[in-house]
Amino acid sequence: MADFLMPSLGADMDAGRLVEWRVRPGDQVERGDIIATIETDKAAIDVEVWESGTVEALLVEEGTRVPVGTPLARIAAAALSAAGPEAPDQAQPVETSAAAPVEPPTTPREATAPPRPAPPEAVPQPAAAEAPSRERLRVTPLARVRAEELGVNLAGVRGTGPDGAITQADVERAGEGEPAAAISPSEAGPPAAAIEEPSETAAAETGATVGEQTEPRAATLRRAIAAAMSLSNRDIPHYYLSMAVDLSSTLAWLERTNQQRGVAERVLPSALFVRAVALATHEVPEMNGHYLDGQFRAAERAHVGFAVAVPGGGLIAPAILEADRKSLVEVMTALRELVSRARAGTLRSSELASPTITISSLGERGGIDTVYGIVNPPQVALVGVGSIVERPWAEGGMVGARRQVTLSLSGDHRVSDGHRGALFLAAIDRLLRDPERL
Amino acid sequence: MNDSIRPEVERVLRELRPEADLATLPADADLREELDLDSMDFLNFVIGVHEATGVDIPEADYARVSTLQTCLDYLEQHRS
Repeated sequence: MADFLMPSLGADMDAGRLVEWRVRPGDQVERGDIIATIETDKAAIDVEVWESGTVEALLVEEGTRVPVGTPLARIAAAALSAAGPEAPDQAQPVETSAAAPVEPPTTPREATAPPRPAPPEAVPQPAAAEAPSRERLRVTPLARVRAEELGVNLAGVRGTGPDGAITQADVERAGEGEPAAAISPSEAGPPAAAIEEPSETAAAETGATVGEQTEPRAATLRRAIAAAMSLSNRDIPHYYLSMAVDLSSTLAWLERTNQQRGVAERVLPSALFVRAVALATHEVPEMNGHYLDGQFRAAERAHVGFAVAVPGGGLIAPAILEADRKSLVEVMTALRELVSRARAGTLRSSELASPTITISSLGERGGIDTVYGIVNPPQVALVGVGSIVERPWAEGGMVGARRQVTLSLSGDHRVSDGHRGALFLAAIDRLLRDPERL
Repeated sequence: MNDSIRPEVERVLRELRPEADLATLPADADLREELDLDSMDFLNFVIGVHEATGVDIPEADYARVSTLQTCLDYLEQHRS
Protein backbone atom coordinates (compact mmCIF):
# COMPACT_ATOMS: atom_id res chain seq x y z
CA MET A 1 0.00 0.00 0.00
CA ALA A 2 1.41 3.38 -0.93
CA ASP A 3 0.10 6.88 -1.08
CA PHE A 4 0.67 8.71 -4.31
CA LEU A 5 1.69 12.25 -3.35
CA MET A 6 1.43 15.59 -5.07
CA PRO A 7 4.87 15.58 -6.72
CA SER A 8 7.37 18.41 -6.63
CA LEU A 9 8.13 19.40 -10.21
CA GLY A 10 10.75 22.00 -9.45
CA ALA A 11 12.33 23.83 -6.55
CA ASP A 12 9.80 26.63 -6.84
CA MET A 13 6.70 24.45 -6.74
CA ASP A 14 4.93 24.47 -3.39
CA ALA A 15 1.50 23.32 -4.48
CA GLY A 16 -0.46 22.04 -7.42
CA ARG A 17 -4.08 21.82 -8.42
CA LEU A 18 -5.56 18.51 -9.39
CA VAL A 19 -7.33 19.24 -12.66
CA GLU A 20 -8.51 15.80 -13.59
CA TRP A 21 -8.16 12.20 -12.55
CA ARG A 22 -7.27 9.93 -15.47
CA VAL A 23 -7.92 6.77 -13.48
CA ARG A 24 -10.69 5.54 -11.23
CA PRO A 25 -10.69 3.39 -8.13
CA GLY A 26 -10.11 -0.20 -9.17
CA ASP A 27 -8.01 0.66 -12.22
CA GLN A 28 -4.76 -1.21 -12.74
CA VAL A 29 -1.80 1.11 -13.25
CA GLU A 30 1.70 0.43 -14.50
CA ARG A 31 4.78 2.38 -13.50
CA GLY A 32 4.93 5.30 -15.93
CA ASP A 33 1.18 5.46 -16.62
CA ILE A 34 -0.43 8.88 -16.55
CA ILE A 35 -2.89 8.94 -13.68
CA ALA A 36 -3.77 12.59 -13.31
CA THR A 37 -3.45 16.02 -14.82
CA ILE A 38 -2.25 18.64 -12.40
CA GLU A 39 -1.69 22.32 -12.86
CA THR A 40 1.28 24.15 -11.40
CA ASP A 41 2.09 27.80 -11.78
CA LYS A 42 4.21 26.82 -14.75
CA ALA A 43 2.11 24.44 -16.74
CA ALA A 44 -0.52 21.77 -16.85
CA ILE A 45 1.25 18.46 -16.49
CA ASP A 46 0.38 14.84 -17.04
CA VAL A 47 1.52 13.06 -13.89
CA GLU A 48 2.94 9.57 -14.03
CA VAL A 49 2.63 6.97 -11.31
CA TRP A 50 5.80 5.46 -9.84
CA GLU A 51 4.78 1.93 -9.16
CA SER A 52 2.47 -0.61 -10.62
CA GLY A 53 -0.60 -1.62 -8.72
CA THR A 54 -4.27 -0.99 -8.23
CA VAL A 55 -5.88 2.37 -7.54
CA GLU A 56 -7.63 1.88 -4.20
CA ALA A 57 -8.92 5.35 -3.53
CA LEU A 58 -8.70 8.87 -4.89
CA LEU A 59 -8.12 11.15 -1.92
CA VAL A 60 -8.34 14.58 -3.52
CA GLU A 61 -11.21 15.91 -5.56
CA GLU A 62 -10.74 17.42 -9.00
CA GLY A 63 -10.29 21.16 -8.85
CA THR A 64 -8.55 21.16 -5.49
CA ARG A 65 -5.21 22.85 -4.92
CA VAL A 66 -3.03 21.06 -2.39
CA PRO A 67 0.56 21.43 -1.12
CA VAL A 68 3.39 19.31 -2.47
CA GLY A 69 3.52 16.03 -0.58
CA THR A 70 -0.22 15.76 0.02
CA PRO A 71 -1.48 12.20 -0.57
CA LEU A 72 -3.54 12.23 -3.77
CA ALA A 73 -4.40 8.59 -4.16
CA ARG A 74 -3.87 5.27 -2.47
CA ILE A 75 -2.26 2.65 -4.67
CA ALA A 76 -2.12 -1.01 -3.65
CA ALA A 77 1.26 -2.12 -4.93
CA ALA A 78 1.22 -5.09 -7.23
CA ALA A 79 4.02 -6.62 -5.20
CA LEU A 80 2.15 -6.44 -1.92
CA SER A 81 -0.92 -8.25 -3.05
CA ALA A 82 1.19 -11.03 -4.47
CA ALA A 83 4.24 -11.41 -2.28
CA GLY A 84 2.98 -10.70 1.17
CA PRO A 85 3.53 -7.73 3.45
CA GLU A 86 7.23 -7.07 2.82
CA ALA A 87 7.88 -6.37 -0.80
CA PRO A 88 11.43 -5.29 -1.61
CA ASP A 89 12.42 -1.83 -2.73
CA GLN A 90 9.17 -0.02 -2.24
CA ALA A 91 10.87 3.26 -1.45
CA GLN A 92 10.14 5.64 -4.27
CA PRO A 93 11.76 9.08 -4.32
CA VAL A 94 8.41 10.82 -4.51
CA GLU A 95 7.28 9.13 -1.35
CA THR A 96 10.39 9.43 0.76
CA SER A 97 10.88 13.11 0.19
CA ALA A 98 8.30 15.34 -1.34
CA ALA A 99 10.88 17.99 -2.13
CA ALA A 100 13.31 15.68 -3.89
CA PRO A 101 13.06 15.56 -7.66
CA VAL A 102 11.61 12.33 -8.86
CA GLU A 103 13.44 9.89 -11.05
CA PRO A 104 12.01 9.44 -14.51
CA PRO A 105 10.08 6.30 -15.25
CA THR A 106 12.39 5.45 -18.12
CA THR A 107 15.02 4.43 -15.61
CA PRO A 108 15.43 0.70 -16.09
CA ARG A 109 13.44 -1.24 -13.57
CA GLU A 110 15.45 -2.51 -10.68
CA ALA A 111 16.53 -6.11 -10.95
CA THR A 112 14.81 -6.77 -7.67
CA ALA A 113 11.44 -5.51 -8.86
CA PRO A 114 8.94 -8.33 -8.51
CA PRO A 115 6.96 -9.50 -11.51
CA ARG A 116 3.52 -7.99 -11.83
CA PRO A 117 0.89 -10.43 -10.62
CA ALA A 118 -2.61 -10.93 -11.93
CA PRO A 119 -5.06 -8.37 -10.59
CA PRO A 120 -6.55 -9.36 -7.27
CA GLU A 121 -10.13 -10.47 -7.55
CA ALA A 122 -11.49 -8.51 -4.62
CA VAL A 123 -10.77 -5.17 -6.25
CA PRO A 124 -13.88 -3.32 -7.37
CA GLN A 125 -14.02 -2.73 -11.10
CA PRO A 126 -14.48 0.74 -12.54
CA ALA A 127 -17.92 1.76 -13.74
CA ALA A 128 -17.90 0.35 -17.23
CA ALA A 129 -20.32 2.84 -18.68
CA GLU A 130 -18.23 5.86 -17.75
CA ALA A 131 -14.71 4.79 -18.55
CA PRO A 132 -14.86 4.83 -22.35
CA SER A 133 -16.14 8.40 -22.70
CA ARG A 134 -13.10 9.59 -20.84
CA GLU A 135 -10.79 7.63 -23.11
CA ARG A 136 -12.23 8.83 -26.40
CA LEU A 137 -11.28 12.47 -26.04
CA ARG A 138 -7.67 13.37 -26.68
CA VAL A 139 -7.12 16.62 -24.83
CA THR A 140 -3.92 18.40 -23.93
CA PRO A 141 -3.57 19.21 -20.22
CA LEU A 142 -3.48 22.92 -20.95
CA ALA A 143 -6.70 22.59 -22.94
CA ARG A 144 -8.36 20.86 -19.98
CA VAL A 145 -7.41 23.75 -17.76
CA ARG A 146 -8.65 26.34 -20.22
CA ALA A 147 -11.87 24.43 -20.75
CA GLU A 148 -12.48 24.51 -17.04
CA GLU A 149 -11.62 28.20 -16.84
CA LEU A 150 -13.90 29.08 -19.73
CA GLY A 151 -16.65 26.64 -18.84
CA VAL A 152 -16.33 24.91 -22.22
CA ASN A 153 -17.67 21.38 -22.57
CA LEU A 154 -14.84 19.40 -24.16
CA ALA A 155 -17.22 16.91 -25.71
CA GLY A 156 -18.40 19.62 -28.10
CA VAL A 157 -14.95 20.82 -29.17
CA ARG A 158 -13.32 19.79 -32.43
CA GLY A 159 -9.63 18.94 -32.00
CA THR A 160 -7.07 20.27 -34.50
CA GLY A 161 -3.93 19.09 -32.71
CA PRO A 162 -1.84 16.00 -33.45
CA ASP A 163 -4.12 12.94 -33.88
CA GLY A 164 -7.13 15.18 -33.48
CA ALA A 165 -6.22 16.19 -29.95
CA ILE A 166 -8.08 19.16 -28.53
CA THR A 167 -5.63 22.01 -27.96
CA GLN A 168 -5.82 25.16 -25.90
CA ALA A 169 -6.58 27.14 -29.07
CA ASP A 170 -9.50 24.83 -29.91
CA VAL A 171 -10.96 25.39 -26.48
CA GLU A 172 -10.50 29.13 -26.75
CA ARG A 173 -12.19 29.17 -30.14
CA ALA A 174 -15.06 27.14 -28.75
CA GLY A 175 -15.25 29.45 -25.76
CA GLU A 176 -15.34 32.68 -27.72
CA GLY A 177 -19.07 32.99 -27.34
CA GLU A 178 -18.81 32.52 -23.59
CA PRO A 179 -18.67 35.32 -21.02
CA ALA A 180 -15.19 36.80 -20.96
CA ALA A 181 -14.80 37.03 -17.20
CA ALA A 182 -14.68 33.36 -16.42
CA ILE A 183 -13.77 32.74 -12.83
CA SER A 184 -11.08 30.22 -12.11
CA PRO A 185 -10.73 28.44 -8.83
CA SER A 186 -7.07 27.93 -9.57
CA GLU A 187 -5.90 31.50 -9.56
CA ALA A 188 -7.06 32.64 -6.19
CA GLY A 189 -4.28 35.03 -5.37
CA PRO A 190 -0.64 34.26 -4.58
CA PRO A 191 0.24 30.58 -4.09
CA ALA A 192 0.72 30.70 -0.35
CA ALA A 193 -2.71 32.16 0.22
CA ALA A 194 -4.36 29.87 -2.25
CA ILE A 195 -3.30 26.61 -0.70
CA GLU A 196 -6.09 24.90 1.06
CA GLU A 197 -5.62 22.02 3.39
CA PRO A 198 -7.13 18.82 2.06
CA SER A 199 -9.53 18.68 4.98
CA GLU A 200 -10.99 21.98 3.95
CA THR A 201 -11.60 20.90 0.41
CA ALA A 202 -15.37 20.98 0.50
CA ALA A 203 -15.56 24.44 1.98
CA ALA A 204 -12.93 25.75 -0.40
CA GLU A 205 -14.73 24.45 -3.43
CA THR A 206 -17.99 26.10 -2.60
CA GLY A 207 -16.72 29.38 -1.32
CA ALA A 208 -13.25 30.28 -2.47
CA THR A 209 -13.88 31.33 -6.03
CA VAL A 210 -16.50 34.01 -5.62
CA GLY A 211 -15.44 37.45 -6.67
CA GLU A 212 -11.87 36.54 -7.62
CA GLN A 213 -10.26 37.33 -10.95
CA THR A 214 -8.74 35.02 -13.48
CA GLU A 215 -5.06 35.72 -13.92
CA PRO A 216 -3.70 35.25 -17.43
CA ARG A 217 -1.70 32.06 -17.80
CA ALA A 218 1.40 33.99 -18.91
CA ALA A 219 1.31 36.01 -15.69
CA THR A 220 1.18 32.87 -13.57
CA LEU A 221 4.10 31.40 -15.47
CA ARG A 222 6.04 34.64 -15.16
CA ARG A 223 5.51 34.59 -11.41
CA ALA A 224 6.75 30.99 -11.22
CA ILE A 225 9.85 31.87 -13.22
CA ALA A 226 10.48 34.87 -11.00
CA ALA A 227 10.14 32.71 -7.88
CA ALA A 228 12.59 30.10 -9.17
CA MET A 229 15.11 32.68 -10.34
CA SER A 230 14.86 34.66 -7.09
CA LEU A 231 15.55 31.47 -5.19
CA SER A 232 18.51 30.80 -7.48
CA ASN A 233 19.96 34.28 -7.10
CA ARG A 234 19.50 34.16 -3.35
CA ASP A 235 20.95 30.70 -2.71
CA ILE A 236 23.38 29.97 -5.51
CA PRO A 237 26.73 31.76 -5.62
CA HIS A 238 27.08 31.83 -9.39
CA TYR A 239 30.21 32.01 -11.46
CA TYR A 240 30.23 32.55 -15.21
CA LEU A 241 32.59 31.43 -17.97
CA SER A 242 32.35 31.66 -21.73
CA MET A 243 34.19 30.22 -24.69
CA ALA A 244 33.99 30.69 -28.45
CA VAL A 245 33.80 27.42 -30.39
CA ASP A 246 34.61 27.04 -34.08
CA LEU A 247 31.75 25.01 -35.52
CA SER A 248 32.62 25.32 -39.23
CA SER A 249 33.66 21.75 -39.89
CA THR A 250 31.00 20.35 -37.54
CA LEU A 251 28.23 22.21 -39.38
CA ALA A 252 29.65 21.12 -42.73
CA TRP A 253 29.55 17.54 -41.44
CA LEU A 254 25.98 18.05 -40.27
CA GLU A 255 24.90 19.40 -43.66
CA ARG A 256 26.54 16.45 -45.41
CA THR A 257 24.99 13.84 -43.17
CA ASN A 258 21.59 15.53 -43.25
CA GLN A 259 21.57 15.18 -47.02
CA GLN A 260 21.61 11.45 -46.55
CA ARG A 261 19.02 11.40 -43.80
CA GLY A 262 15.31 11.16 -44.34
CA VAL A 263 13.45 14.31 -43.50
CA ALA A 264 12.26 12.96 -40.14
CA GLU A 265 15.82 12.12 -39.08
CA ARG A 266 17.41 15.42 -39.95
CA VAL A 267 19.52 16.78 -37.11
CA LEU A 268 19.67 20.40 -35.99
CA PRO A 269 22.66 21.93 -34.18
CA SER A 270 20.63 21.96 -30.94
CA ALA A 271 20.91 18.18 -30.78
CA LEU A 272 24.71 18.45 -31.06
CA PHE A 273 24.76 20.75 -28.05
CA VAL A 274 22.55 18.41 -26.03
CA ARG A 275 24.75 15.42 -26.81
CA ALA A 276 28.01 17.27 -26.18
CA VAL A 277 26.79 18.58 -22.84
CA ALA A 278 25.45 15.16 -21.83
CA LEU A 279 28.75 13.43 -22.61
CA ALA A 280 30.82 16.18 -21.01
CA THR A 281 29.03 15.59 -17.69
CA HIS A 282 30.75 12.20 -17.53
CA GLU A 283 34.08 14.01 -17.49
CA VAL A 284 33.06 16.70 -14.99
CA PRO A 285 30.30 15.08 -12.92
CA GLU A 286 29.94 17.98 -10.49
CA MET A 287 28.01 19.87 -13.19
CA ASN A 288 25.30 17.25 -13.34
CA GLY A 289 22.92 16.61 -10.46
CA HIS A 290 21.02 18.31 -7.69
CA TYR A 291 21.95 20.36 -4.65
CA LEU A 292 19.47 19.55 -1.91
CA ASP A 293 19.48 19.80 1.86
CA GLY A 294 22.95 21.29 1.94
CA GLN A 295 24.66 18.72 -0.19
CA PHE A 296 25.28 17.92 -3.83
CA ARG A 297 24.23 14.60 -5.26
CA ALA A 298 25.72 13.86 -8.64
CA ALA A 299 23.35 12.18 -11.08
CA GLU A 300 24.40 9.02 -12.82
CA ARG A 301 22.63 9.83 -16.05
CA ALA A 302 22.36 13.16 -17.84
CA HIS A 303 18.76 14.30 -18.17
CA VAL A 304 19.40 17.45 -20.14
CA GLY A 305 16.84 20.20 -19.68
CA PHE A 306 16.24 22.32 -22.74
CA ALA A 307 14.75 25.77 -22.30
CA VAL A 308 11.72 26.23 -24.56
CA ALA A 309 9.86 29.49 -25.11
CA VAL A 310 6.15 28.85 -24.78
CA PRO A 311 3.37 30.62 -26.69
CA GLY A 312 2.10 33.68 -24.88
CA GLY A 313 5.46 34.27 -23.20
CA GLY A 314 7.55 32.46 -20.66
CA LEU A 315 10.00 29.63 -20.53
CA ILE A 316 9.92 26.03 -19.50
CA ALA A 317 12.85 23.61 -19.46
CA PRO A 318 11.79 19.96 -19.66
CA ALA A 319 14.39 17.21 -19.90
CA ILE A 320 15.59 14.96 -22.65
CA LEU A 321 15.85 11.89 -20.49
CA GLU A 322 19.11 9.96 -20.55
CA ALA A 323 20.60 12.14 -23.27
CA ASP A 324 23.98 10.56 -22.53
CA ARG A 325 22.65 7.17 -23.61
CA LYS A 326 20.80 8.19 -26.74
CA SER A 327 22.24 8.48 -30.23
CA LEU A 328 22.39 11.86 -31.93
CA VAL A 329 19.32 11.05 -34.02
CA GLU A 330 17.45 9.77 -30.96
CA VAL A 331 18.26 12.97 -29.09
CA MET A 332 17.06 14.99 -32.06
CA THR A 333 13.79 13.06 -32.24
CA ALA A 334 13.26 13.43 -28.51
CA LEU A 335 14.07 17.12 -28.64
CA ARG A 336 11.69 17.78 -31.53
CA GLU A 337 8.91 15.96 -29.74
CA LEU A 338 9.65 17.60 -26.42
CA VAL A 339 9.62 21.12 -27.85
CA SER A 340 6.30 20.45 -29.62
CA ARG A 341 4.74 19.10 -26.47
CA ALA A 342 6.13 21.88 -24.29
CA ARG A 343 4.47 24.39 -26.60
CA ALA A 344 1.23 22.44 -26.84
CA GLY A 345 1.13 21.99 -23.06
CA THR A 346 1.42 18.20 -22.93
CA LEU A 347 4.48 17.67 -20.78
CA ARG A 348 4.86 14.80 -18.38
CA SER A 349 5.86 15.05 -14.76
CA SER A 350 9.08 13.08 -15.27
CA GLU A 351 10.25 15.54 -17.91
CA LEU A 352 9.77 18.53 -15.66
CA ALA A 353 11.08 17.04 -12.45
CA SER A 354 14.18 15.32 -13.68
CA PRO A 355 16.59 17.71 -15.46
CA THR A 356 20.08 17.35 -14.04
CA ILE A 357 21.55 20.21 -16.08
CA THR A 358 19.97 22.74 -18.44
CA ILE A 359 20.81 24.19 -21.84
CA SER A 360 19.50 27.61 -22.74
CA SER A 361 19.89 28.30 -26.42
CA LEU A 362 18.97 31.71 -27.77
CA GLY A 363 20.88 30.93 -30.87
CA GLU A 364 18.42 31.25 -33.68
CA ARG A 365 17.90 34.87 -34.42
CA GLY A 366 18.86 38.22 -33.06
CA GLY A 367 22.59 37.61 -33.12
CA ILE A 368 22.95 36.92 -29.39
CA ASP A 369 26.62 36.61 -28.46
CA THR A 370 26.49 35.22 -24.96
CA VAL A 371 23.76 33.86 -22.73
CA TYR A 372 24.32 34.83 -19.10
CA GLY A 373 22.15 32.15 -17.57
CA ILE A 374 20.74 31.65 -14.11
CA VAL A 375 21.03 28.15 -12.73
CA ASN A 376 17.66 26.43 -12.33
CA PRO A 377 17.65 24.97 -8.81
CA PRO A 378 18.14 22.30 -7.58
CA GLN A 379 20.45 21.92 -10.57
CA VAL A 380 23.96 23.31 -10.32
CA ALA A 381 24.89 24.30 -13.85
CA LEU A 382 23.43 25.86 -16.96
CA VAL A 383 25.04 25.93 -20.39
CA GLY A 384 24.13 28.93 -22.54
CA VAL A 385 24.33 28.75 -26.32
CA GLY A 386 24.51 31.96 -28.34
CA SER A 387 23.85 32.49 -32.02
CA ILE A 388 25.88 30.64 -34.61
CA VAL A 389 27.51 33.43 -36.62
CA GLU A 390 30.31 33.76 -39.14
CA ARG A 391 33.19 35.71 -37.64
CA PRO A 392 36.90 36.18 -38.17
CA TRP A 393 38.87 33.44 -36.45
CA ALA A 394 42.63 33.44 -36.04
CA GLU A 395 44.50 30.18 -36.08
CA GLY A 396 48.08 29.26 -36.97
CA GLY A 397 48.90 32.86 -37.83
CA MET A 398 46.02 33.11 -40.30
CA VAL A 399 42.68 34.83 -40.04
CA GLY A 400 39.73 33.21 -41.74
CA ALA A 401 35.94 33.39 -41.62
CA ARG A 402 34.45 30.65 -39.47
CA ARG A 403 31.00 29.82 -38.21
CA GLN A 404 31.27 29.97 -34.48
CA VAL A 405 29.19 29.97 -31.34
CA THR A 406 29.82 31.31 -27.87
CA LEU A 407 29.09 28.80 -25.14
CA SER A 408 28.69 29.98 -21.59
CA LEU A 409 28.57 28.18 -18.29
CA SER A 410 26.74 29.39 -15.22
CA GLY A 411 28.02 27.29 -12.36
CA ASP A 412 27.32 26.87 -8.65
CA HIS A 413 30.25 27.71 -6.39
CA ARG A 414 28.83 25.52 -3.63
CA VAL A 415 29.68 22.55 -5.84
CA SER A 416 32.40 23.55 -8.29
CA ASP A 417 34.67 26.37 -9.24
CA GLY A 418 35.93 28.10 -12.36
CA HIS A 419 38.73 25.63 -12.90
CA ARG A 420 36.35 22.66 -13.15
CA GLY A 421 33.94 24.80 -15.12
CA ALA A 422 36.66 25.57 -17.64
CA LEU A 423 37.41 21.86 -18.01
CA PHE A 424 33.71 21.27 -18.60
CA LEU A 425 33.47 23.89 -21.33
CA ALA A 426 36.68 22.56 -22.89
CA ALA A 427 35.18 19.06 -22.95
CA ILE A 428 32.03 20.37 -24.67
CA ASP A 429 34.19 22.21 -27.19
CA ARG A 430 36.23 19.08 -27.94
CA LEU A 431 33.11 16.92 -28.27
CA LEU A 432 31.39 19.43 -30.56
CA ARG A 433 34.35 19.46 -32.92
CA ASP A 434 34.27 15.67 -33.23
CA PRO A 435 30.63 15.24 -34.28
CA GLU A 436 30.95 11.69 -35.56
CA ARG A 437 31.35 10.57 -31.97
CA LEU A 438 28.31 12.44 -30.73
CA MET B 1 -2.68 24.51 -59.74
CA ASN B 2 -1.99 25.04 -56.05
CA ASP B 3 -5.56 24.29 -55.12
CA SER B 4 -5.06 20.79 -53.81
CA ILE B 5 -1.78 21.43 -51.97
CA ARG B 6 -2.64 24.70 -50.30
CA PRO B 7 -5.12 23.26 -47.76
CA GLU B 8 -2.56 20.61 -46.81
CA VAL B 9 0.20 23.16 -46.27
CA GLU B 10 -2.16 25.36 -44.28
CA ARG B 11 -3.12 22.42 -42.12
CA VAL B 12 0.54 21.76 -41.31
CA LEU B 13 1.04 25.43 -40.44
CA ARG B 14 -2.07 25.42 -38.27
CA GLU B 15 -0.73 22.48 -36.27
CA LEU B 16 2.44 24.46 -35.64
CA ARG B 17 0.74 27.74 -34.92
CA PRO B 18 -2.88 27.13 -33.92
CA GLU B 19 -3.28 30.78 -32.98
CA ALA B 20 -2.14 32.18 -36.34
CA ASP B 21 -4.66 33.66 -38.76
CA LEU B 22 -3.59 32.13 -42.05
CA ALA B 23 -6.28 33.93 -44.00
CA THR B 24 -4.43 37.20 -43.51
CA LEU B 25 -0.97 35.74 -44.12
CA PRO B 26 0.46 37.41 -47.24
CA ALA B 27 1.52 34.80 -49.81
CA ASP B 28 4.89 36.50 -50.24
CA ALA B 29 5.69 36.95 -46.56
CA ASP B 30 8.59 35.05 -45.02
CA LEU B 31 6.98 32.20 -43.10
CA ARG B 32 9.66 32.06 -40.42
CA GLU B 33 9.39 35.76 -39.67
CA GLU B 34 5.65 36.06 -40.06
CA LEU B 35 4.79 33.04 -37.90
CA ASP B 36 7.87 33.27 -35.65
CA LEU B 37 9.08 29.79 -36.58
CA ASP B 38 12.45 28.70 -35.22
CA SER B 39 14.55 26.00 -36.85
CA MET B 40 12.76 23.29 -34.86
CA ASP B 41 9.36 24.59 -36.02
CA PHE B 42 10.59 24.83 -39.58
CA LEU B 43 11.87 21.27 -39.49
CA ASN B 44 8.48 20.16 -38.18
CA PHE B 45 6.91 22.10 -41.03
CA VAL B 46 9.12 20.34 -43.58
CA ILE B 47 8.32 16.97 -42.00
CA GLY B 48 4.59 17.73 -42.01
CA VAL B 49 4.71 18.79 -45.64
CA HIS B 50 6.58 15.61 -46.49
CA GLU B 51 3.94 13.49 -44.76
CA ALA B 52 1.13 15.37 -46.50
CA THR B 53 2.55 15.59 -50.02
CA GLY B 54 5.39 13.08 -50.22
CA VAL B 55 7.82 15.83 -51.19
CA ASP B 56 11.10 15.78 -49.26
CA ILE B 57 12.51 19.30 -49.21
CA PRO B 58 16.28 19.06 -48.67
CA GLU B 59 17.95 21.58 -46.36
CA ALA B 60 19.69 23.13 -49.35
CA ASP B 61 16.27 24.10 -50.75
CA TYR B 62 14.88 25.69 -47.59
CA ALA B 63 15.45 29.13 -49.07
CA ARG B 64 13.17 28.19 -51.98
CA VAL B 65 10.22 27.43 -49.68
CA SER B 66 10.49 30.45 -47.43
CA THR B 67 7.10 31.96 -48.35
CA LEU B 68 3.72 30.33 -48.75
CA GLN B 69 3.70 31.09 -52.49
CA THR B 70 7.21 29.82 -53.24
CA CYS B 71 6.55 26.78 -51.07
CA LEU B 72 3.38 25.92 -53.00
CA ASP B 73 5.20 26.44 -56.31
CA TYR B 74 8.05 24.23 -55.13
CA LEU B 75 5.72 21.45 -54.05
CA GLU B 76 3.81 21.65 -57.32
CA GLN B 77 7.07 21.25 -59.23
CA HIS B 78 8.40 18.39 -57.18
CA ARG B 79 5.29 16.35 -56.62
CA SER B 80 5.54 13.18 -58.61
